Amino acid sequence: MATVLVQEADFDIGAEIAALRAGRTDIGAIVSFTGTVRDLDGGLKAMTLEHYPGMTEAELARIATEAEARWPLQGCRIIHRFGRLLPGDQIVLVITLSAHRQAAFEAADFLMDFLKSKAPFWKKEETEGGAEWVAAKDSDTDALDRWP
Amino acid sequence: MQLIYFAWVKERIGKSEEVLHLPDHVGTVAELLDYLSGINEIYAHALSNRAMLRVAVNQTHVGLDHAVKDTDEIAIFPPVTGG
Repeated sequence: MATVLVQEADFDIGAEIAALRAGRTDIGAIVSFTGTVRDLDGGLKAMTLEHYPGMTEAELARIATEAEARWPLQGCRIIHRFGRLLPGDQIVLVITLSAHRQAAFEAADFLMDFLKSKAPFWKKEETEGGAEWVAAKDSDTDALDRWP
Repeated sequence: MQLIYFAWVKERIGKSEEVLHLPDHVGTVAELLDYLSGINEIYAHALSNRAMLRVAVNQTHVGLDHAVKDTDEIAIFPPVTGG
């Protein structure tokens, strides 16, 4: 059963994986993806994530349920932060567990593709020049075509 | 209906949420956007670029032809940018 958390607080990848594995010997593959605040040119001061409380959790749960229907997962956890984050901070964590690696890899990839196009989060970047909302990329929407 | 705005839609309208009565002639998301745009220039400006607007009814993504009711929670926002 997938679990979804939307929180301001940071997360500990090792602790999250340990909790999902605790007491189990049937898991053969664990994949985790962590998204972090990127500052390629040194100009980013901070990034604030706004979200739609209620719908965010519902949408992430819908995406996780879809992944569980497509792949034989033995565990799945999604954590997404909101609020003001600094360059290098962790934003999102997806962990998938399965008996075999292919299901775990593919499910994590699927979850991130759908999260980026469906989960109601909006990023605002602060630089010396002011603050601006990040524009969505067509490539993120196009990525959904990978999962017919 | 309960209206909720996010990101630059919220900033342009100048409020994060409001309750408005849904007129009888407004039956779809597209008609709602037309109606709101007619309130004043602030709404007209905020909602002018339809290609950059997304709508959720009762916390589910919907298209422009989706039905709306006065009891709905309707959110208007730009394309999402999480992850």
